[in-house]
Amino acid sequence: MKLLEIEGLEVRYGGIRAVKGVDLAVDEGELVCLIGANGAGKSSTLRAIVGLTRAAAGSVRYKGAEIAGRPAFELVREGLVMVPEGRGIFAQLTVAENLVMGAFVRDDAAAIRKDRERIYALFPRLEERHGQTGGTLSGGEQQMLAIGRALMSRPKLLLLDEPSMGLAPLLVAKIFEIVRDIASQGVTILLVEQNAKLALEAASRGYVMESGTITLADDAKKLLADPKVREAYLGESVG
Amino acid sequence: MDIFIQQLINGVTLGSVYAVVALGYTMVYGIIQLINFAHGEVVLIGAMVAFSVITALAPGGWPPLMVVAAGTMVAIPVCMAIGYGLERAAYRPLRNAPRLAPLISAIGMSIILQHLALLVWSRNFIAFPQIIRSEPYHIGGAIITNVQIAIIATSVAMMAGLALIVYRTRLGTAMRATAQNQHVAGLMGVDINRIIAVTFLIAAALAAVAGVMVGSYYGIAHYQMGSLLGLKAFSAAVLGGIGNLPGAMLGGVLLGVVEALGAGYIGDFTDNWFGSNYQDVFAFMVLIAVLVFRPTGLLGERVGERT
Ligand SMILES: Nc1ncnc2c1ncn2[C@@H]1O[C@H](COP(=O)(O)OP(=O)(O)O)[C@@H](O)[C@H]1O
Ligand SMILES: [Mg+2]
Repeated sequence: MKLLEIEGLEVRYGGIRAVKGVDLAVDEGELVCLIGANGAGKSSTLRAIVGLTRAAAGSVRYKGAEIAGRPAFELVREGLVMVPEGRGIFAQLTVAENLVMGAFVRDDAAAIRKDRERIYALFPRLEERHGQTGGTLSGGEQQMLAIGRALMSRPKLLLLDEPSMGLAPLLVAKIFEIVRDIASQGVTILLVEQNAKLALEAASRGYVMESGTITLADDAKKLLADPKVREAYLGESVG
Repeated sequence: MDIFIQQLINGVTLGSVYAVVALGYTMVYGIIQLINFAHGEVVLIGAMVAFSVITALAPGGWPPLMVVAAGTMVAIPVCMAIGYGLERAAYRPLRNAPRLAPLISAIGMSIILQHLALLVWSRNFIAFPQIIRSEPYHIGGAIITNVQIAIIATSVAMMAGLALIVYRTRLGTAMRATAQNQHVAGLMGVDINRIIAVTFLIAAALAAVAGVMVGSYYGIAHYQMGSLLGLKAFSAAVLGGIGNLPGAMLGGVLLGVVEALGAGYIGDFTDNWFGSNYQDVFAFMVLIAVLVFRPTGLLGERVGERT
């Protein structure tokens, strides 16, 4: 079943068309990646899905219902959650308070506590630092907190915007491991990444975005083998 | 009588009222970076409404405390309605406008509220019925009255209650999160409009109680009392660091003390050239000094942008 279905999505900033008619779909249970160079329009696409940026045209359907134009805060209650580019940690709230915010839409206190323990088990560093403010964490810890916080809402569809951005290689590997782990637990994921290789290795399908349009869409394995992708995004020269 | 201790007591009393009003400025600023210039007029309306209720009930022979409490209980919802109305009608439509626009709107609202008070309560000074007899207590050569004790205790209780809400509840966490990053708070499922409205409601409720307290303390009210009080409380918020709650509390009390000590000693220091009627000057000297030497305020971290 299609959990997310986008057709003809357009995003404009003033006169600039940053997203020019994008079609994209994510089935329930899938891990799909959207790759492309800086400025291709990936973040704009994600922001338009959750209503942080207005869609100038096109339709966005989630669980079969049109959601274009609905505000982000309403969608969270329906399980559509985004981890924004740059993580969006509340710098002056503690780690624990950031997690409380993640569970803002929930009322089941006992289950929330259990989930928090699960997050702390997944990211022991967060438990060690639960009383520290978010701004004092390292980039990797902040990314873990951002993902953990999103999980606290029990998402159905998780949109991740460049979770590996700015992290050291070891941490990048760790983050991808966690993303796969979350996906294997049944959370549907749309992953935006500039690290095309790792994203395609983790995902089952992928979309390639260039200057506001989808130029390729295929199984992740086929994209990994595609010479155009290899040359443009995997830094290989194909002879 | 020890002037120093006496002025300290008077200063802390007045300062705790400033602190309660300053909290309203700082909460609203923290969440939408707006200086709500109409906040002083919300205090004014609180005082006036309480005055009307107390005047009406005073001859009824009820216990005086109950009469004052009744006045407060009417003033609070009236002020909350005004605070909510201000946000909905005057500020929310301008949320994405240039920063000057809501500021001008706020000044306009303060003028409208002031003149509304003028229409309803006349241009005269009106005397609060002195139904609570002032009982003096002697401490260390100075006097503290039961009214002063009540004002300080009420202010402390309200500040503690506010701190509990802001730092210990989910609503408070959402308020702080919204103050830091509205978009991300929205991504957590927070309805920003609701949080902003709640902020205005809380600020207005505090203002209502502050209005009753200044009215009871001075025993008089006037339709222009909100502007000077508002400016002083705003100065207190800036002194503590605008947007910072503990800062507003500290700034309020400090300002009250500076003002009281200033008024107590200005005659001695200027060979009686200036008298205690110059006491209002101190708040603004403090404001100017803070803006020049420490624009972030005592506890604040970020400077307000200059636009
Ligand atoms: N808020 C904005 N205002 C104006 N232009 C923007 C804004 N956000 C993004 N853009 C422009 O839109 C294009 C796509 O940006 P973005 O969606 O962030 O791409 P990506 O996430 O793929 O790097 C870029 O040219 C960028 O400069
Ligand atoms: Mg981006």
